[in-house]
Amino acid sequence: MTTAWVVVEPSANGWSEAAGELLTLARRVSDDVHLVTWSSSLDAGRAGAFGASSQVVVAHDEDHLVADDVVAGMEDLAAADGHPDIVLFGSSYDGRDIAGRLSVRWGRTVVTNVVDLRATPDGWESEHLVVGGTSVSRTRVSGPALFVVRRKSVTPEECGGSPAAQREVAGASSTVARVRSRVLEVSDGPDLESAPVVVSGGRGLGRAEHYQWVDELAGLLGGAGGASRAIVDAGWVPYSRQVGQTGKTVAPNLYVACGISGATQHLVGMKGSAHIVAINKDPDAPIFQVADLGVVGDVTSVLPQVIALLRERRGA
Amino acid sequence: MKVLACVKPVPDPSAPVRYQENGRLDRTGKVVLDEADSYGVEVALRLAEASGGSVVLGTMSDSSDPAPLRAALAMGAEEALVASDSRLGGADALTTARVLGALVRRSGAEVVVTATESADGYTGTVAAQLAEVLGWPALTFASHVSLEGDHVVVRRQSETGTLEVAAPVPCVISVTAGSVEPRYATFKGIVAAKSRPVTTLTLDELGVVLDEERVHDIVDVRDAPGRAAGEKIVDEGQAAAAIVAYFDALKIL
Ligand SMILES: Cc1cc2nc3c(=O)[nH]c(=O)nc-3n(C[C@H](O)[C@H](O)[C@H](O)COP(=O)(O)OP(=O)(O)OC[C@H]3O[C@@H](n4cnc5c(N)ncnc54)[C@H](O)[C@@H]3O)c2cc1C
Repeated sequence: MTTAWVVVEPSANGWSEAAGELLTLARRVSDDVHLVTWSSSLDAGRAGAFGASSQVVVAHDEDHLVADDVVAGMEDLAAADGHPDIVLFGSSYDGRDIAGRLSVRWGRTVVTNVVDLRATPDGWESEHLVVGGTSVSRTRVSGPALFVVRRKSVTPEECGGSPAAQREVAGASSTVARVRSRVLEVSDGPDLESAPVVVSGGRGLGRAEHYQWVDELAGLLGGAGGASRAIVDAGWVPYSRQVGQTGKTVAPNLYVACGISGATQHLVGMKGSAHIVAINKDPDAPIFQVADLGVVGDVTSVLPQVIALLRERRGA
Repeated sequence: MKVLACVKPVPDPSAPVRYQENGRLDRTGKVVLDEADSYGVEVALRLAEASGGSVVLGTMSDSSDPAPLRAALAMGAEEALVASDSRLGGADALTTARVLGALVRRSGAEVVVTATESADGYTGTVAAQLAEVLGWPALTFASHVSLEGDHVVVRRQSETGTLEVAAPVPCVISVTAGSVEPRYATFKGIVAAKSRPVTTLTLDELGVVLDEERVHDIVDVRDAPGRAAGEKIVDEGQAAAAIVAYFDALKIL
């Protein structure tokens, strides 16, 4: 029997799509799955329905970095229960930090950007993205290992287990790094990662004020507004809107790219979308290679026209 | 304060990616300084300037092309330490962190700056691993870095916003791409870079023993699934209506 731990961020709603994805994947490679989270527990009923037999909540002090507490908690847990054969993490910042630190403590290899995983007689075979998501590497790992899994690589499926047993463990008693303050970037409308429609803007919008068209179209389509890194770096919109390699991975039903060139680092975060519309004045922009409908044109004229047409329709 | 900036020569991103028979990246073509590292070098230089110190570069690489290191030296780093050993081909991120840790100890640096991930291997855990190897705090995913006395203060990206995090020196920082504007090398810097020391060290010289237990073999590498391009139209006043018609066809209105 192999034991898997799944490390998942807590969620204000008591559950997250990411938790379902990771537990579904863990179940495929292990017959004894435990969920580890911090601060507040996830819904034990759903955790169980997705196959977790227990849920461990690590006490997390707001002044500490998450990784410092969670690594300490997982060390205690391993001392009590034995080390797991495999640990799966989400691709969040904290997930990557926890995986990195544990890999050194436990002397285990860590594979990141994982999109698929299966068990082999002597270990695991994973598929993970390399070179900015342009290639997929199939890698065999023998012995215990850590895998950091990309969002939306697995379709969550329940298996109908009974509610996960709850446990609590302590975090770090003291840490050197201190969190002094937090800024929350709130945006109204649906969450970027789960929105059915994402409208994103890039440098081609020309000016920060023009991003309001992106917000407006997103609003009209019941979607969320995203961005390329260029305009996040330029300070037009907060980082929480960035789509791509170093931002969020989205896979909506419809993605509308407005004035975005389509650099590989952007594409890796959105090319899983079901339908893609791109507006760009450069006929050779790489974004057109992934677009189902490509419009060669000036986004500062096309976008307001689209908004006007949709508004007209609303009015009618 | 001595600051070590981790840098990595990566295959030129403007050339097509090539792989060897064993699935490892073919690094024999032109290599360049990973763009993501230029931000780390800039942050390291600013920390050194603010504290009256200097910057040393640390890299694990078997490339004999001096161009990437020269590019970072020309920005203002004083010297470079290179870990190079035939046994390091295909090293995983954990081995990389152990080797870089040995370079850091050797350099006497008190602060280490890295990028959040390299353009090639793209693992994104080395900063945290390196911190753990050294037993130092990890201030990762920083979009802003400053020095307050003997504390490094960073603005850390989070999934929902940012955090301000502080830790005393020594510590490891990873900086996000785009966090600062990397300086251009001056002519003087480019000339000076040619005479700055570049020291190559083997695993034995660094005192690093590889553990052979972790097996990590590439089975194959293929292009990530692509998408076929669809219809492309040139706007002559009709494009907005075509877009709306497309939305209609998807029944999302
Ligand atoms: C390590 C690393 C990580 C990165 N991570 C990310 C990431 O997560 N997400 C991300 O997006 N990028 C990321 N990048 C940056 C990426 O390489 C690109 O630089 C970035 O995506 C470019 O943004 P852009 O398309 O808005 O700007 P540009 O590349 O400047 O493109 C602007 C586009 O707008 C078009 N345009 C201009 N004017 C108009 C007009 N009037 N009408 C219509 N079109 C117009 C132009 O033709 C051009 O194609 C990363 C880079 C590195 C090195």
